[in-house]
Amino acid sequence: MSTTAAIAGVGGAAGWIKHPAVRRLGWAIGGLSIIFLLWGIGGYYIANNPSTQSFASFGLVPTLEAIPLLWAEGKIQSAILASSSRLGGGLLIAIAIGLPVGILMGRSKRFRDLSNSPFQLLRMISPLSWTPLAVFVFATWDGSIVFLIAVASVWPVMFSTAAGLAKVDPAWFKVARNLGAKRLHMLTRIIMPAITFDVLSGIRLALGVAWIVLVPAEYLGVTSGLGYAIQDARQTLSYNHLTAMVVTIGVIGYFLDTTLVMLIKRFSWHRGGN
Amino acid sequence: MSIRGTEIRIEGLSQRYPSRKEVTFNRVDLTSPPGEALAIIGRSGCGKSTLLHILAGLTRGTEGRVLLNGVEVTGPSPRWVMMFQAPHLFPWMTVSQNVGVGLSFGRWSKKEIEERVTEAIRLVELQDFAGSNVQDLSGGQQQRVALARSLVMEPELLLLDEPFSALDAFTRASLQKDVRSIAKRLGFNIVIVTHDIDEAVIMADRAVIMAGSPGSIVHELDVDLADPRDRQDPAVQALRARLMSTFQEAAYSKGGALATEAVQ
Repeated sequence: MSTTAAIAGVGGAAGWIKHPAVRRLGWAIGGLSIIFLLWGIGGYYIANNPSTQSFASFGLVPTLEAIPLLWAEGKIQSAILASSSRLGGGLLIAIAIGLPVGILMGRSKRFRDLSNSPFQLLRMISPLSWTPLAVFVFATWDGSIVFLIAVASVWPVMFSTAAGLAKVDPAWFKVARNLGAKRLHMLTRIIMPAITFDVLSGIRLALGVAWIVLVPAEYLGVTSGLGYAIQDARQTLSYNHLTAMVVTIGVIGYFLDTTLVMLIKRFSWHRGGN
Repeated sequence: MSIRGTEIRIEGLSQRYPSRKEVTFNRVDLTSPPGEALAIIGRSGCGKSTLLHILAGLTRGTEGRVLLNGVEVTGPSPRWVMMFQAPHLFPWMTVSQNVGVGLSFGRWSKKEIEERVTEAIRLVELQDFAGSNVQDLSGGQQQRVALARSLVMEPELLLLDEPFSALDAFTRASLQKDVRSIAKRLGFNIVIVTHDIDEAVIMADRAVIMAGSPGSIVHELDVDLADPRDRQDPAVQALRARLMSTFQEAAYSKGGALATEAVQ
C-alpha cells in the first residue's frame, strides 16, 4: 500500500467512525455494556458470598447460558408467541376504540367537554385494579389479560389522537372543502395524514404501558406467556430461567419501541424532529 | 387547458353574524360578465372577505343570493375555487400531490390527474419542484403551488382573498401579473378582494369600492388598461391616482375619516 493510500485509508476510517449513526450505535453499546458489567460484578459477588450463594444463578453468566437452552427447548418462542397475541389483541382493541373516540374528541368541542372529566377519572385508575372485575366478567384468563391491556393502553392512543387533531390547521379543512372534499376524504386524506405522527406517538406510549401491564397480568391463571414463565421459574427456583425471560422481555420491548420510533420518523411530516 | 368563465350575479345580498347585532354588509347587488377580472376594494371590516366567502359557498348570506351562470351557489364546488391569504398547503405532500389533491377528491383517472397536474405545474413554472415537499419551497413558490392547485380544477371562477399580502414586493408583483395573464389566457373569471390599490390596477378589468358600516358598494371604476401592465407606465399611474382619490372620496362620504394606513 502506498503512503497516500494508507493516509486516505486512515482518513476514511476516521470519517466512518464520525458518522452520526455509528456514533449513536457506539453510545448504545457503551450504555448496555455498563449494565452488563454491573450485572456481572453483582453476580460475581452474590456467587462468592456464602450467605447469597444460593441465588448465584441470577448472575449474568448463568443467564447467558440459560438463554440458548431455553431457546432450543422452544420455551422462549412459545412464551413470546402467547404474550404477543395478548399484547397485540389488547393494543388492537385500544387503537380501535382510542382512535375514533380521539378523533371525535378533537373534532367536537361538545363531546370533548362531555367526555373530558369521565375519561380523566377512568385514566387515573390503575389498570391492574380492574383485575377482579375482568376475572369476573371474562370467561377465560386470556380474555381478562387482553381486557387489562386494552384498558391500560386506550388512554394514550385516545388523548394523543385528540391532541393531534387539536393542532390541525382549520384552514386545511376549508381548503379541502373548497376543492370538493367529502367527509370520507376529510378523514382519509386530511385528518389521518395530519395526525399520523400523534397517533403513532400515542401507540408508542400505549405499547410501553401495555408491556408493563402484560407481565403482572400473566401472573394470573394462564399457563403460557412471558409473565407465566417468570412466575414458573420463580416457583421452581430456576433463577437463571427467570432472568433469561426478563432479558427477553427487555429485548422485545426495545425492538418494538425502536420499530415504532422508525415508523414515527417515516410518517412524520414535521420538519426538524420526530 | 381551456376554461370558460361564468356570469356572476349577486342579488340583494346581506350578511349579519348571529353573534353581532350590526349588519356586516347590506343589500349588495353586483354583476360580472364571463371572463372578467373584478377587484373589490375596501377598508378592513367592510365585509369584502365575507362577500368572497359567500361567493365561494363557504358561508351563506343572511339575505339575497349569488348566481353563477344562473345557478344559485349553495355550497363549495370545484367550479368556483378560492385562494386564501396563506397558501395552506398540505405539508405531508409533494408539490404534485398538493396540486392534484382536489382532483383526487373527484372521479378522475390516475392518468388524467397526472396530465392535468403536470400542465398546472407548468403554468406556474414549478416543473423543477414537482417532486419536492412543499415545506422546502419559499413563500412565493408555495403561493404558486396554491395557484396551481386552484387552476388544476379548471374553475370558472377564481376567488382571491388578498392572496399575495404576505409576500415580498417582487414576488407579489410577479404573481399578480402571472395570475392575470393565466386568467386571460384561459378565460376564467377572477374576483380579488384587496386593500391594495396597485393590486387592483394591475390585476382587474373593473374595481368596485366597498365602504361604510354596514358595507355596501359605493363606487365602481373600469380599469381600462392594455396588457401587460407595468407599474411605471403613466397610464397605470394615472388610473392608480384616480382609483385612490375615488376610494378616499367614497370612504369619507360613507365611513368618516379614512385610515391612511389601510391603503398601500
